[in-house]
Amino acid sequence: MHFRRTLATALATGLAVSALAACGSSSGGDGESDGEVIEGAEAPEGATPLDMWVFAELHADVYDDMAVKWNEENPDRAIDLNVTVYPYQDMHDKLLLAVNSGQGLPDLADIEVNKFSNFVKGDNPPLVDLTEAAQPYVDDIVQARLDLYSRNGKIYGYPTHVGAFTAFYNTELLEDAGIDYTTITTWDDFAEAGTAYHEATGKAFSVSSTGVFFTEPLAIAQLGGQLFDDDGLGDVAVNSPEVVEAMQMFQDMQETGALATIPGGSPDSEEGYGAINNGDYAAIVYPAWYTSRFVDYMPDLAGKVAIAPAPQIEGSDTLTIGGGGTGTAVPVGSEHEELATDFLAYAKLSLDANVAVWEVLGFDPVNMSVWEDESVTHNPDNKFNEYFQTNLFDVLNSVQGGIGHFESFSNENLPTVDNWFRTVTLNEVYENGTPAQDALDQAQDDLQNELGQ
Amino acid sequence: MKSVLYSQRLAPYFFILPFLLTLLVFWLVPVGRSVVMSFQEVLYGQSTFIGLDNYERLWRDQVFWTALANSIRYMVLTLLLLVPIPMVLAAIINSRIGSSRIKGFFKASLFVPALTSVVVAGIVFRLMFSETESGLMNQVVAFFGFGPVRWLREDLTGLFALLLLALWRWAGVNTMYFLAGIQAIPNDYYEAASLDGAGKVQQFLHVTLPGLKPTIVYVTTISVYGGLAMFLESFMLYAGNNSPNNQGLTIVGYLYRKGIQENDLGFASAVGVVLLVLVLAINLTQLTATGTFKKESAR
Repeated sequence: MHFRRTLATALATGLAVSALAACGSSSGGDGESDGEVIEGAEAPEGATPLDMWVFAELHADVYDDMAVKWNEENPDRAIDLNVTVYPYQDMHDKLLLAVNSGQGLPDLADIEVNKFSNFVKGDNPPLVDLTEAAQPYVDDIVQARLDLYSRNGKIYGYPTHVGAFTAFYNTELLEDAGIDYTTITTWDDFAEAGTAYHEATGKAFSVSSTGVFFTEPLAIAQLGGQLFDDDGLGDVAVNSPEVVEAMQMFQDMQETGALATIPGGSPDSEEGYGAINNGDYAAIVYPAWYTSRFVDYMPDLAGKVAIAPAPQIEGSDTLTIGGGGTGTAVPVGSEHEELATDFLAYAKLSLDANVAVWEVLGFDPVNMSVWEDESVTHNPDNKFNEYFQTNLFDVLNSVQGGIGHFESFSNENLPTVDNWFRTVTLNEVYENGTPAQDALDQAQDDLQNELGQ
Repeated sequence: MKSVLYSQRLAPYFFILPFLLTLLVFWLVPVGRSVVMSFQEVLYGQSTFIGLDNYERLWRDQVFWTALANSIRYMVLTLLLLVPIPMVLAAIINSRIGSSRIKGFFKASLFVPALTSVVVAGIVFRLMFSETESGLMNQVVAFFGFGPVRWLREDLTGLFALLLLALWRWAGVNTMYFLAGIQAIPNDYYEAASLDGAGKVQQFLHVTLPGLKPTIVYVTTISVYGGLAMFLESFMLYAGNNSPNNQGLTIVGYLYRKGIQENDLGFASAVGVVLLVLVLAINLTQLTATGTFKKESAR
């Protein structure tokens, strides 16, 4: 009898445990998304603790460096910065839930540009107005990048980099195929070189991404188009002539073999790095921050890659645009809003911060005075300068006057449109060979439905 | 007071009170809130009633229908796999075939997948079904002379990966249910059947199967819900909520995308309400049809 009772208890306990385990596993794997706290330098006594969420570990390094410098310069307003790194998607989902519920908010948070619109919807966005704190620095900052994170004339986030589109050429492969990348200025030249390369090697020259909607907006902007009405601020308009022309241009390149899809769906994926490192693709048109991907993930290509201006549309004033980006914001309701705002302005917009953005991250900083400081940009010991054949800033300075702002990137419906392209339209165009016009007409229809426009 | 505490009539209600409270607080209240929110446009600190707008948009929304079709397809196929296969496995484990030590090991190992996290399993499956030539599944098909398959980029091969993940993960749990059900069938029935000259197969069809009816009803009910509410498997397999042409998007995936990734909580609530109605409709029909709601004596 006694034994049977023990057995019953054991069974009941087992059942309860497995039921709980089942609940745990169906609730979205919360346990796995616990962030990693980065231990920065020791903070001085009496420092105000500030919590910060980021989704890229390297960003945390820059913020930690900046916190140390801030504490040296402002001993009376010292901070104890605690940076937590979450995976990209998790961090944004968590932050969106936090600002919606007003619970568990950090004092500072990185928000990726494609997600930014989600946080500034409605009349009272849950982010602190950062306009005033930016004043001391604003003259040196690329205005287009501040615009990206501004709504109704108020700045809600500080940019990390310009992310100007550039072209990366694997010169070793190109020389073998008899192609000189310096002769490529326009997309027509690019297509021509691509076809020649494909004929000579049988391999694809460059990439058509189905997983990210990146390079196409560059061409759309160069053609003077937008993804939305009213110069990018209105309703969805993805079948406008410029969008069709741009998509058609890439589809044509795909047909001649100049472009091919890439494992992983984009150059910025693990499988993609492997393929590029392998020499499967000779040219990548991507934002300047892609330098860090080469240095970190494609060691075999060191010394073989040249940076050049992105291909252009003949006669267009827009030579390049900023692609991707991270806006750092202060959520409303943080206990130390003012301190967080002041620190953020210093940590993102000051000259020191922008030098660190280049030296640690390899990004093109938003503070233009860095671009002109040759002791920083041409430092021979810099790992990015060592890796590439040409200097990033020589390329960037050559297109400096032609960096356009693509208004569509700040449209509140960009996340939905971006999502649609990445799941449907790009697949239709590049994988299934649907004519660009048809795919975009369909996208326009479906997006209007989805957005209720 | 004493009469209340010692009341025979109230005692059962007292004992189920904790359950009722949790049900109310963690289930009914959120469900009620969702229904209200589904008629609103919800933004930070401001919600406006917009009537049936969300439902109207849902009705015209191509992506929602895709998600719905995907979920239903997945649910039906998992039912076809996860009821018969575990049932046969349970019957084999319970039979006298093979040594008991091997069967014990098999029983234990069959259950292990259910204990692993879907997140980990999803990542492992994603790597297995990688489209590069060195991926595990591509090496397997290469062995049979087929070229590398782009598993997760094509609709049917992607579905295959999802189903394999479901089968791998849930077969063990369902086998346990069926095993418990089989062991609850009195041995006398089998003896009587064998006296009447029934073979093993006939015994399975005419004794085991009818005896398992309550288990089958239960497993079907949870599988219908599980299939329609599937999210994490697809989320992990496709490394996020975006799959080519939305081939891996499920209803809950769409709810998540709309509500948490695009901050349209009112619309997402409408998606949730539709899912609730759908699951209730299917399960109530099925439970009524199988006679679960009839009184004990009437069965």
